[in-house]
Amino acid sequence: MLLALIILLPFIGVLLPVWFHRHGRTACAWATALPPALGLVLLFSQAPAVLAGEVRRFSLNWIPELGLNLAFRLDGLSFLFCLLILAIGLLVILYGRYYLSSDDPMGKFFALLLLFMGAMLGVVTANNLLLLVLFWEATSLSSFLLISYWNGRSDARRGARMALTVTGAGGLAMLAGVLLLGHVVGSFDLDVVLASGELIREHAWYPVILVLILLGIFTKSAQFPFHFWLPHAMSAPTPVSSYLHSATMVKAGVFLLARLYPALSGTELWFILVSMVGLITMTLGAVTALFKHDLKGLLAYSTISHLGLVTLLFGLDTRLAVVAALFHIMNHATFKASLFMAVGIVDHETGTRDMRLLSGLRKYMPMTAMLGLIAAGAMAGVPLLNGFLSTEMFLGEAVAQRVLGGWSWVIPVVAVFAKVFSVAYSIRFIHSVFYGPSQPEALPKPPHEAPFFMRAPILILVGLCLLVGIVPNLIIGPLLAAAATTTLASPLPYYSLAIWHGWNLPLLMSMVAMVLGTVAYLNFARLLRLWERLPAVNAMDAFENFVHDVVIVRARQVTGRLENGSLQHYLSLLILGTVVVAASGLWGLERLNGGVPLSALDPPSVAIALIMMVTAIYSAIWHHERIAALMFLSVVGLGMALIFARFSAPDLALTQLSVEIVTIVLLMLILFLLPPRSPNDSTYAHVVRDGLVATSAGIGVGVLAYTVLTRPQQTISDYFIQNSVTGGGGTNVVNVILVDFRGFDTFGEITVMAIAAIGIFGLLDGMRLFDPKKDPNVQWASDKYPLLLLILNMPVLPLALMVAVYIFLRGHNMPGGGFIAGLIVAIALILQYLANGLRWSNNRMQWDYHPLVGAGVLLAGLTGLGSWSFGAPFLTSAHDHFHIPLLGEIELATAMLFDIGVFLAVVGATLLILANLGKLKSLDTASEENR
Amino acid sequence: MLRFAVIVAMLLFTVSLLLNLYRMVRGPDLVDRILTLDSLYVNAIAIIILLGIFLGSTLFFEAAMLIAMMGFVGTVAVCKYVLRGNIIE
Repeated sequence: MLLALIILLPFIGVLLPVWFHRHGRTACAWATALPPALGLVLLFSQAPAVLAGEVRRFSLNWIPELGLNLAFRLDGLSFLFCLLILAIGLLVILYGRYYLSSDDPMGKFFALLLLFMGAMLGVVTANNLLLLVLFWEATSLSSFLLISYWNGRSDARRGARMALTVTGAGGLAMLAGVLLLGHVVGSFDLDVVLASGELIREHAWYPVILVLILLGIFTKSAQFPFHFWLPHAMSAPTPVSSYLHSATMVKAGVFLLARLYPALSGTELWFILVSMVGLITMTLGAVTALFKHDLKGLLAYSTISHLGLVTLLFGLDTRLAVVAALFHIMNHATFKASLFMAVGIVDHETGTRDMRLLSGLRKYMPMTAMLGLIAAGAMAGVPLLNGFLSTEMFLGEAVAQRVLGGWSWVIPVVAVFAKVFSVAYSIRFIHSVFYGPSQPEALPKPPHEAPFFMRAPILILVGLCLLVGIVPNLIIGPLLAAAATTTLASPLPYYSLAIWHGWNLPLLMSMVAMVLGTVAYLNFARLLRLWERLPAVNAMDAFENFVHDVVIVRARQVTGRLENGSLQHYLSLLILGTVVVAASGLWGLERLNGGVPLSALDPPSVAIALIMMVTAIYSAIWHHERIAALMFLSVVGLGMALIFARFSAPDLALTQLSVEIVTIVLLMLILFLLPPRSPNDSTYAHVVRDGLVATSAGIGVGVLAYTVLTRPQQTISDYFIQNSVTGGGGTNVVNVILVDFRGFDTFGEITVMAIAAIGIFGLLDGMRLFDPKKDPNVQWASDKYPLLLLILNMPVLPLALMVAVYIFLRGHNMPGGGFIAGLIVAIALILQYLANGLRWSNNRMQWDYHPLVGAGVLLAGLTGLGSWSFGAPFLTSAHDHFHIPLLGEIELATAMLFDIGVFLAVVGATLLILANLGKLKSLDTASEENR
Repeated sequence: MLRFAVIVAMLLFTVSLLLNLYRMVRGPDLVDRILTLDSLYVNAIAIIILLGIFLGSTLFFEAAMLIAMMGFVGTVAVCKYVLRGNIIE
């Protein structure tokens, strides 16, 4: 529990800085420091046990079905990283308090910093691979937000985007790798995975898993060829660069190398991939760093180089290399964080980070110069500083390894080469900034020393560099041992953390590098000229061109080919796709006929089927004559209703009939606005293509229906028939299904219908269309409201309403229900518009239809919610028998209320659509009348 | 006897459905087709009622009633369009 609290504390405290921001910047910093300080205390309370080799675990089920659990572990390795994250985090908060200017939103900065801290703690303590990936993504996201903290600056936004794209893409690859890994092992539990090293390495998928996970690691830790994002992430505020992009986040990659070391390492592939990538990155970073004029650029490439060194160590085949790697991670975090902070001070107090402008600052900021000198010494590997010790170990292992067989000597040679540049850029860093002639007039701001509390974090870190460098065993011996034991998952090899090992090869290599590095710096001007002759590559532009090419140009080409604006094209793709899917499914069948005997043919059914087929074909042939085509289509609809009746589906027949009539009116209203004939604009080839597509789809559906219906099948209708009376209180199974068993579906459907109706209302509202020009050669009838229709219409309305009530009430037990009743009422009301005109009807129906739609959906929803108050699930219906005078025994179910909702929604939606379409074209007519 | 009469009647109405189909296809006028649709609705009432009698079920009579009561609305809408060039005025 304590363990979970350490990780949770930063998340809990995220809002603290936002709240305390109004009480001033110091209060804000104090509030922010609270969670990590508490976390540090808790962490130290676990120290004795963890350093003794115990592993503290905490686990809580989250989504156990997916293998995702809130599982954390605190072992030596996690302890080391937690310590780095929390301790350096605290120092960065102190530093950030003085670094940020009063214009910067400090609350946001510290909140994001805490968010990142929590995510990072999650990464290093997660005991479940999926959880680890989750936190991993969270670090990428919070890093994105922190890089773009000054979001008014274009370079910050671009750098942030690039960092997110690269690390995010790597994270996706890693997720794929982790999923495969979990599949191979059978669990995402880290304990299990770490214990299954043999199984993983011998699995056929091992190379794929390894490469995918390494992609995640290399992008995060800025390894070649993904290193280019890190220098551009330096547009973040310096505390962020110091914390995320040198001390912690970029270490997440190498952390994972250490974490998965027992599971994935030990193969040829691992050694080659990891060591080569590390070697290239280390060299490339060191060489580039020397020629960067921006102080942060120099440190960024130096960070890349040191991360490469750590990666290389993990890729060497000696066990001591792992110890050296972990040692160097710690050392690098301390000296690099302090160097970044020193650069921040220089930047803050002079207004520039350009080494060509800076010079002789020792006079103005002697303390900072001193601290920077020591930290740079550690970076270069000067004796008595921590960097020296881990560099010695590194060189020792570079000599001892046998990764490349006969070519293994290449690694120590290249290592010395990189070391030369490392020494050279360290000297340049110190010499060009703090030494040489002072020329304050060249600087944007008059230089002066920073406040004490801004220097204090550097002082502490540099103090650690010295202490570790002088008495290593005392300070970090136990910690390093615990971390290395966890990583190696076995007893430690012998090593000694002493300054003096006697005259040996590593010491000689170190000395050679020191001398050559100094020589290189003395000849810096010449080297720079050579460097500038190389073609300059701007990673940012190259990256953005690449993204632009892939995302904009290529994607548009693909989209353009698929989405060319032709509806026929989309429809044919859709239908052909369906045909292919269905046909491939049918292909495997031995025979289409499944053995169920066919029923006998009777003349009426044959005649109806024939009528439907012929008229369907004719509606396609006549589609240029729109009204005639509508007539043919209506015959098909009527035939459908008859087919429903023939095969004993009275509910469907009723629904089909009412929908049919509403459809005719609706289409007539729309056809009125279109020219009566549509032009012929399909070529012959198109007609043939469309005909073939339509025919194949028709045959396909026919074959599918034949295949399915001739097969004996188990349907669920038996269940509904048996339970309809007992469960739903109605004998009409169809209606009980609609309002009870599948009430939720119906609820969704009427909601969709309501949305569609209101959408149409919104589109038509305020639309001005003119009557299409009438053909002057036609003799139009003068009678607007034919008398016969007026007279006939009068008895129809009350009759229809009565029938609607009847159909509605009997719906639960006999064919009928709210949907059909709603359509009947809607048709009867539309008839009023047809017979009496818009004005007459509007005078008599002065209500709006959209509240009716809303009321319907609301009533249906409330009925469903009502069952909650009885402790039953949504839309559970209750029913009972009542005796009502005159009507007799009657069974009422709460489903009836739901059905009223359906009824209202149907009436409202239908009339909302039809009446508004009718109104739309009458605007012009109305203005004619007013004239 | 009733059964025999119903079967004969159904066959006769089937023939009339087919005749409707002929008129629908031939036209020649839009008015012919409108009248055909109306006539089809009437014949459909007969077919449904006969089917109900044949099966001894009253479940289908509502469908027939619905056609009788509402079937003409579509015809009215199209006729109004032919006469006036407009439906809702």
